[in-house]
Amino acid sequence: MDNTDKLIIAGREFNSRFILGSGKYNVELIKAAIEHAGAEIITLALRRVNTNDKENIINYIPKNITLLPNTSGARNAQEAVRIAKLAREAGCGDFVKIEIIRDSKYLLPDNYETVKATEILAKDGFIVMPYMFPDLTTARDLVNAGACAVMPLAAPIGSNKGLAAKEFIQILTDEIDIPVIVDAGIGRPSQACEAMEMGADAIMANTAIATAGNITQMAGAFKKAIEAGREAYLAKLGRVKSKGAAASSPLTDFIHA
Amino acid sequence: MEDYMQYMEDMEIIESDIMDKVLEESLNYNYDTYTQKDVIEALETQYLTIDNFKALLSPAAENFIEDMAIKAKEEREKHFGNSVYLFTPLYISNYCENYCIYCGFNCHNKIKRAKLTFDEIETEMKAIKDTGLEEILILTGESRKMSDTEYIAQACKLARKYFKMVGLEVYPMNTKEYEYLQKSGADYVTVFQETYNPLKYKDLHLAGHKRIFPYRFNAQERALKAGMRGVAFAALLGLDDFRKDALATGLHAYYLQRKYPHAEISFSVPRLRPIINNDKINPKDVHEKQLLQIMCAYRLFMPYAGMTISTRERADFRDNIISIAATKISAGVSTGIGSHANETQDKGDDQFIIADDRTVKAIYNAVKDKGMQPVMNDYVYV
Repeated sequence: MDNTDKLIIAGREFNSRFILGSGKYNVELIKAAIEHAGAEIITLALRRVNTNDKENIINYIPKNITLLPNTSGARNAQEAVRIAKLAREAGCGDFVKIEIIRDSKYLLPDNYETVKATEILAKDGFIVMPYMFPDLTTARDLVNAGACAVMPLAAPIGSNKGLAAKEFIQILTDEIDIPVIVDAGIGRPSQACEAMEMGADAIMANTAIATAGNITQMAGAFKKAIEAGREAYLAKLGRVKSKGAAASSPLTDFIHA
Repeated sequence: MEDYMQYMEDMEIIESDIMDKVLEESLNYNYDTYTQKDVIEALETQYLTIDNFKALLSPAAENFIEDMAIKAKEEREKHFGNSVYLFTPLYISNYCENYCIYCGFNCHNKIKRAKLTFDEIETEMKAIKDTGLEEILILTGESRKMSDTEYIAQACKLARKYFKMVGLEVYPMNTKEYEYLQKSGADYVTVFQETYNPLKYKDLHLAGHKRIFPYRFNAQERALKAGMRGVAFAALLGLDDFRKDALATGLHAYYLQRKYPHAEISFSVPRLRPIINNDKINPKDVHEKQLLQIMCAYRLFMPYAGMTISTRERADFRDNIISIAATKISAGVSTGIGSHANETQDKGDDQFIIADDRTVKAIYNAVKDKGMQPVMNDYVYV
């Protein structure tokens, strides 16, 4: 692939378009994501960062990997802001993925509170990447609030249901100028590939790899799928007719030259 | 004797129809009407209805225990991956004003009573902290006089110094008291209803605040109104008809989650052990098979809910259930008062005998040996 094709978030360049979620982390998964999926960004729930836990997740993330702390556990904008600041104090850097969830069953994000938190944190110098329900108006509000990327869900988190929100994600990739990173619900490499073909800028996955029979192999499969989808997008998909072949006598041949 | 349905003077009454909804379902649950076909249908459904849940708790489902376990494991993986959370309970007082005829702590039992001083609590906490744990569950016997709200609040504040996550299993309280404890550092409240059959409840709880069935039932809702993040539910399985009690426990959690969608829900599954070598087969006995059935049914009905497996169960059962249905396991447990640190050894008697006395390190390694990831903390107090 063209090596000038980079994922750019807030002026920072990444070669990989795969982001590892860490909700269901284990050490093997992190290793596989870096070595076999080429991940350069790994999300990290601040609530999982333990200062004195010997299995502290942070110890397993190499220094050249960009940490994307998330605000998981926040139920409103105010809590998200507090968690983001705690993450920065803990040395996690300026990136933050906003996750505000007030629903323990489906774990759907609260778009309204997410816009509020984005505005506050962007003003405070954070590189804000909000997790959101794929709604165009909210995405525009997030851009205006200072988000550096938007992270719409494809399906309920952990559901492995694929691109359930496909039509709405397509609208975002068509209309939003900052990176659109498809987050949550991607269950197979083919779904990641399809999202990339649609013009998504990157894919975030966790459960799909974490629960695979062979984590290493699945990490590699995601890498290839994401790269294939990206290449297809750049190559521009061939025209697929929706109804039969073109008429031999064109509909418009009545017009004078 | 007090009317068990009548609130006492100091008890807060909240607007809620959840108890009526739960009892309507559980008291009329006729599990013998469910067939294999109903069980198969429930196992093929993605989002279970209440009726599917009833099918999974029925005797007909016992023949499908392997299928239930397979599906429960899949759901557990989707929602929790391979994480297993570790915690330990800390009993700070065993004084009790209730007369619950089945409980070792009840006020008529001549046991060694004790209440830890704040220095002793801190000593215990330090000893627990040294094991690497980040989550603690503070327990007291149910005595408002001997372990008042202020005493518990101070214990919570101490716990915040040493632990990331502080849960409470104490007597039910009013909203204002829960608010105070939440501000003092606790965020999770566990209350066991023991049995959801009001008539059985009345016969088992002869005196004290605990006698009042609806006040106890609404404890979780008051805790959520007070801003607590999560609440846990349990029936002491085997006290009464465990199928009805398990149904009621699940529905109690289900209706509360619908009313408070942000609430983090969790189940515990304590059981009375059947008497071994008893020739009579009692259909109400909860053997491991029934316990597993209940845990799988909870997992499938509310796949996102946490589930704790206590040291009442033997080590091998616990090591296996953590990858199928349970999400949380206690470690380094003692149910006595002051038994984590050498300085505070055995000040008061234990509530019950445990079947798994492994240390935190041993449990940690057992979890890893099962290919699971031990997690000490998944919580941030904000």
